[in-house]
Amino acid sequence: MAKSIDVSDLDIYYGDFLAVEGVSMTIRARSVTALIGPSGCGKSTFLRSLNRMHEVIPGARVDGKIVIDGQNMYDADVDPVQVRRSVGMVFQRPNPFPTMSIYENVLAGNRLNSKRMPKSEADSIVEKSLKGANLWEEVKNRLNKPGSSLSGGQQQRLCIARAIAVEPQVLLMDEPCSALDPISTSAIEDLIHDLKSDYTIVIVTHNMQQAARVSEDTGFFNLAGAGKPGRLVEMNPTSKIFSNPDEPSTEAYISGRFG
Amino acid sequence: MSTPTPTTERETLSSRPGGRHDLPLTHPTLPRFAPALVGVMAVAAALLVGLLLGWGLALMTLLAVLVYAVALPLWARIVEGTRAAKDRLVTTLVWSAFVLAMLPLVTLMFEVISKGAKMLTAQFFTYSMRNVIGEGGGIYHAIMGTLLITLFAALISVPVGIMAAVYLVEYGQGKRMARVITFLVDVMTGIPSIVAGLFAYALFVIFFGPGVRMGFGGSIALSVLMIPIVVRSAEEMLKLVPDELREASYALGVPKWRTVVKVVLPTSLAGIVTGVMLAVARVAGETAPLLIIAGDTDSVNFNVFSERMATLPVFIYYSFTQPGVPPEFGEDRAWGAALVLIVIVMSLNLVARAVSKLFSPKTGR
Ligand SMILES: Nc1ncnc2c1ncn2[C@@H]1O[C@H](COP(=O)(O)OP(=O)(O)OP(=O)(O)O)[C@@H](O)[C@H]1O
Ligand SMILES: [Mg+2]
Repeated sequence: MAKSIDVSDLDIYYGDFLAVEGVSMTIRARSVTALIGPSGCGKSTFLRSLNRMHEVIPGARVDGKIVIDGQNMYDADVDPVQVRRSVGMVFQRPNPFPTMSIYENVLAGNRLNSKRMPKSEADSIVEKSLKGANLWEEVKNRLNKPGSSLSGGQQQRLCIARAIAVEPQVLLMDEPCSALDPISTSAIEDLIHDLKSDYTIVIVTHNMQQAARVSEDTGFFNLAGAGKPGRLVEMNPTSKIFSNPDEPSTEAYISGRFG
Repeated sequence: MSTPTPTTERETLSSRPGGRHDLPLTHPTLPRFAPALVGVMAVAAALLVGLLLGWGLALMTLLAVLVYAVALPLWARIVEGTRAAKDRLVTTLVWSAFVLAMLPLVTLMFEVISKGAKMLTAQFFTYSMRNVIGEGGGIYHAIMGTLLITLFAALISVPVGIMAAVYLVEYGQGKRMARVITFLVDVMTGIPSIVAGLFAYALFVIFFGPGVRMGFGGSIALSVLMIPIVVRSAEEMLKLVPDELREASYALGVPKWRTVVKVVLPTSLAGIVTGVMLAVARVAGETAPLLIIAGDTDSVNFNVFSERMATLPVFIYYSFTQPGVPPEFGEDRAWGAALVLIVIVMSLNLVARAVSKLFSPKTGR
């Protein structure tokens, strides 16, 4: 089910503003890839270009190639809606649908696309996804309560459940733990660990320990200078990045000797 | 560099005379009955002066408010300090402004209720004016006319208005077309209602020939007035839906149109319904366009597509301008109908509130 992604020479623009320049990387299937780098260097921007969410912003566009499953997702005849069905996304801030219950939130991907399914199948998808997101035990008795009645960390796991309920090939996570306490964070890290066997996962994080704990590969993004576009400085196995990186700037960033 | 250590820094701060550790947290306050006391004294003073100089009630009220607005802050100034004095002054001003704003509403309600309440009998609601001369008769035909014409106006304006708002917010961002529509909506907001009536009349003359009268024409005229209100309020409500929800939906592989229909509209439903209700309430009392195109009749007419149709505003107008002989009965009926119209409009507002409660996203907290 999981797919690898090949990015080559990707330039990402907001209107005339070149935010990220010349990114080439390979994201391995069934593994976790972490993206780190200082604020504003374009990690979120890059992540959003991986499922064509970037172009949702007016004036935003992308040059270059992202090949998944042998297909360039930026080819003219590719439907962005199809891309997003196979590349799911979890956002930095939890965003459950306020009009829907917990149950409906998990099924949102199916329901919003008007997929008809028998009640038993829907129930089993909900249970499976919530268990997958480590949330089942906490909410199984109040599935009909609004999704926004959960705590922040629970909402984030609800959003993860919602994302995996449509069974994507790839899961993108933009700082999924930045608003969470250590316990929820470790629950989500455990979850990432479990999901790895079925999904290709890309996670943006500001937390070095987290990157070191959960990821196989790490990409370090940086700005060439103020007002210059962000670029990928180094992409290597996580163990190498954290012990013996190729680039001095990577080492400086990781060890905290960096502005 | 020789930056002082945190300890020495703190010591200098606290040892400075008048430093932040000396900040008093309490200050003397006026007794709780102070506003009441000043109020009573202000009223007494105004009464005294007014009676001596033979003033009217309005002048005396004004004087009392002035005395109060000066005396209370002054007293507070002396006892409590400047900030409290300003607070008392502004509180007084805001309350006076509030009362001033309520005055027209309250007097209007009083006038209409006192003159119209006695008309509210079962007969008044169930009879038309057919073959009625002098006393008796009712406004059944006019109530039905108002409800039907407004209903059809809403049936036209709500879809058009909401779809225009959806286009403006979801699809038209930054496009020339959207700017043109926004401009036209602004222009429409300013169309005088009589012009909307003339427009509907001119339109129907093309199809049905001169002298045409039809309830549906009234609906058209009212929808000309209603559409801009619906567009504007729906637009504001749609803009309030956070982009995060749209993105959450897109990220699940949901096409844009489905996102709009199933996420954006339901999320803003409460606000949109409220806006629609207020727009209906706003046009339900329109007189001028209905005078031109819907006309007036004494009998019940349930068919908006043919013949004249009575409505409450037009009924009120004619009952007042042509009350018949003797005029009392017609005028009474006008007041009764005015009261009914106000009640209808107010209950629409109440329904709008209830509906927005009912539909608003539940937090469950
Ligand atoms: N909607 C937008 N319109 C215009 N420019 C944007 C937009 N979003 C981001 N940018 C710009 O793109 C650059 C990269 O931003 P991005 O959000 O990708 O950074 P980031 O690496 O995710 O930072 P952080 O770690 O703070 O989340 C920044 O210079 C930012 O100002
Ligand atoms: Mg970011």
